[in-house]
Amino acid sequence: MTTARTDVFSNIRRSLAVKGDERTRLQIVAERLDRAPKGVIPARSQVSGEALIEVFRAQAEAALATVRVVDSVAEVPRAVAEFLRDHNLPATLRMGDDPRLKAMPWGETALEMSQGRSDGGDLNAVSHALGGVAESGTAIMVSGPENPSTLNFLPDNHIIVIAAKDIAGDYERVFAKLRAAYGKGQMPRTVNFITGPSRSGDIEQTLLLGAHGPRRLHVLVVKG
Amino acid sequence: MTVIATSPRFKENAARALADAPLQSALAKVKRGFIDKRAAAAAALPEFEALRDAARDIKDHTLAHLDLYLEEYEAKVTASGGEVHFARTAEEAREIILSICRAAGARTVTKGKSMIAEEIGLNSHLEAGGITPVETDLGEYIIQLRGEMPSHIIAPSVHVTAAQIEQDFRRVHKTLDPGRDLSEPVKLLGEARTVLRQRFLAADVGITGANFLIAETGTSIIVTNEGNGDLTQILPKTHIVLASIEKLVPTLEDAAQLLRVLARSATGQDMSVYTTLSTGPRRPGDVDGPERYHVVILDNGRSAMLGTSFQDMLRCIRCGACMNHCPVYQAVGGHAYGWVYPGPMGAVLTPTLIGVDKAGHLPNASTFCGRCESVCPVRIPLPKMMRHWREREFERHLTPATIRSGIGLWGFFARRPTLYRFATRIGVGALGRLGRSRGRFKWLLASRGWTHHRDFPAPQGTTFQARWRRERGAGHGA
Repeated sequence: MTTARTDVFSNIRRSLAVKGDERTRLQIVAERLDRAPKGVIPARSQVSGEALIEVFRAQAEAALATVRVVDSVAEVPRAVAEFLRDHNLPATLRMGDDPRLKAMPWGETALEMSQGRSDGGDLNAVSHALGGVAESGTAIMVSGPENPSTLNFLPDNHIIVIAAKDIAGDYERVFAKLRAAYGKGQMPRTVNFITGPSRSGDIEQTLLLGAHGPRRLHVLVVKG
Repeated sequence: MTVIATSPRFKENAARALADAPLQSALAKVKRGFIDKRAAAAAALPEFEALRDAARDIKDHTLAHLDLYLEEYEAKVTASGGEVHFARTAEEAREIILSICRAAGARTVTKGKSMIAEEIGLNSHLEAGGITPVETDLGEYIIQLRGEMPSHIIAPSVHVTAAQIEQDFRRVHKTLDPGRDLSEPVKLLGEARTVLRQRFLAADVGITGANFLIAETGTSIIVTNEGNGDLTQILPKTHIVLASIEKLVPTLEDAAQLLRVLARSATGQDMSVYTTLSTGPRRPGDVDGPERYHVVILDNGRSAMLGTSFQDMLRCIRCGACMNHCPVYQAVGGHAYGWVYPGPMGAVLTPTLIGVDKAGHLPNASTFCGRCESVCPVRIPLPKMMRHWREREFERHLTPATIRSGIGLWGFFARRPTLYRFATRIGVGALGRLGRSRGRFKWLLASRGWTHHRDFPAPQGTTFQARWRRERGAGHGA
C-alpha cells in the first residue's frame, strides 16, 4: 500500500516537475486553505428580510417542494398536522432528539409521535434544518442524534423546519456558520443540501418524483 | 482492463447504432431532455459565464498543486477517523475494495452511481469474489439488469425505452405478480423503489463515487437526484468512496463554485436534489451513518496527463453537456464509443486510459463543430485535444492507408497554391455542371461512405478562394 501511495505522489510530482517542498507552492496552498476565498456569488440572493424569504420560497417551489411560512414555533405542530391531513396521510410523525422540535406543542395535535432514526418503516418525518439557502431554495441538514440522516431519506413525506433567521442568501454563508460551530477545517459527519423531493429522469427522461427518497418535501419557515 | 473495449470497432458500432430503431427513438429525446433545459438554466443566471471562468481557474489551480492538496485531504480524512487508500491501477483499486468488503464480511454491497467503478470493472470483480453488487441509481440498475454499460455518464439508461425496461423487470423480478400493470413509467419507478428499498436495508457495504473531494476538510461530495447515493452510504456499516485524483478541490467555497455550474450544465437544474458532504464515520452520539469510512483514490494513468497537452481534460466534472450537444453522440449514442466514457469527453479521455491504438478512432468521431467546448462548464478545449489525438494517431502510422494517401494527396496540392487553385477550379466547375440540375448527388464515385447516408451537395458557382478574393476585393478595395 505504501508503494502505491508513494508512486502516485511521485508520478504527480514528476509530471508537474516539482518536488513538493517548494516554499512558494506550500505558501500558496496554505494561504488558500486558510483564507478560503469566495468566488462569484449570484446577485439574485443578495437581499434581506422578507425579500430573502421570498427568493427562498420561489426557488424551493421551482424545485417542487411546498413551502409555508408560519409566524411562530407554536404554530409548527398544527401546520404539520394540516399538511398530513391535506394529503390524506396517516397522522404519524417521527423525529429525532432536536430540542427545538421537542419544545413545540405537539400535544395540541392528534399526531402519533415517535422518536429516533428511521428503519424504513416510517411514512412521515420532521427534521430541523441548520439553515436554508435562498439562492436555490435549499435546506441544510446536519447529521447527529438531533436530526438523524435516515429521516431525510427513508420516509415518504419529509417536513423540514427552518427558522427564517437561518435563511442565508448563498452557500458561502452556511460554510461560515459551519466553521463557527465546528471549527475551521472541521465538519459534521454528514451535511445534506436538500433541494426539493427525490426524483428520477432515468425512464425515457420523464421527470418522476419519489425515486428512492421522499415523494413529498414540505418546508415550514418559522418567523419570529 | 476487465471492461473489454469495442472502441477499435467504432465504425461498425456506429453503423449498427444508426440502424437501431429503439435507440434512435430514445436519442431523439436528448434535445428536449438536456439541451433546452441547460440553455434555460444558463440564461436565468447572469453570472453563469463568470462562474465557468471561476470553475476552470479552480481546477487549474488545484491540478498545479495536486500533490499538496492530496496530502492535506488525506491528513484530514485520517483525522476524522476515515482511511485513505491509493491505487495506481484499476486492478489495485478493485483489490483494495474487495478486501475491505471481505473484512466487513459482506455478502451484498449497494452502489451509488460511479463512473470510476465502471472504469475499473468493479462489479464483475466483486461477483467473482462472491459478493453481490447492487446498482441503486435507477438508470444504473436498469443497465445492470440488461448486462450493459452506461451509454451516458449521467443518464446511463438513456438508450433504453420504457417497453424494454418493463420486459427486464418482468424477467428479473420473478417473485412479483406476473399480471401486474407496468404500462406507465411511474409504475416502473414504484417497482424499482420497492425492490431496491429491501436491498438498501440489507446491504453490508455501500460504495459511492465522489463529485468532489475537499482538501480543507477531508470531505467527499456526492450529487444525486434520487437519494440513492445517500441510502447507499448511511445504511450499511461500511462506506467506501471511490474517486480519482482529479476530484480534489481546495475548499468548501471552491466546491460551491463548481456546484453552481455542475447541475445547470448537466440537467438544467439550479441545484441537484441531494448534495451530500461526508466527512469520516459515525461520531459519538450518532444513531445512524456508517461505522467505517474508506476512500480509495485512483490514478490509472491520470498523473501522466499532468504537464501534457491533455492536462486540461483533468478539469472535467462529468456533467455530460458535451455529449448532449454533440451531433455524433446524438446520432449514434454512447455504446458505439465502445468503452466507459462516450461523447467528446470520452473521445479525449479514452485514448489516454486504454491507448490510442485501441481508441484512435474516437477522436475522429467529431465534426469539429465546437459545440462541446462552447457548453463545457470548465471550458475544456475538447476539439483541440481531439486534433492532438489525430496528430498522434497519424504520427504513429495508426491511420488506415486510404486515409493516409488521401491526406498525402491533399497535402501535395496544399503546398502548391497555384496548382491547388487550378485543380479545385476544375473540380468545382465539373461537379457543378454535372449536379446543377438537381443541386445534389445521390451517388458519387469513390464516395459511397458519404452518399450512403446522405446526399452530397453540388457546388454552386466557383471555389471558396475565388469568391473570397472577389468579395474582399469588392469590400476593401484591396
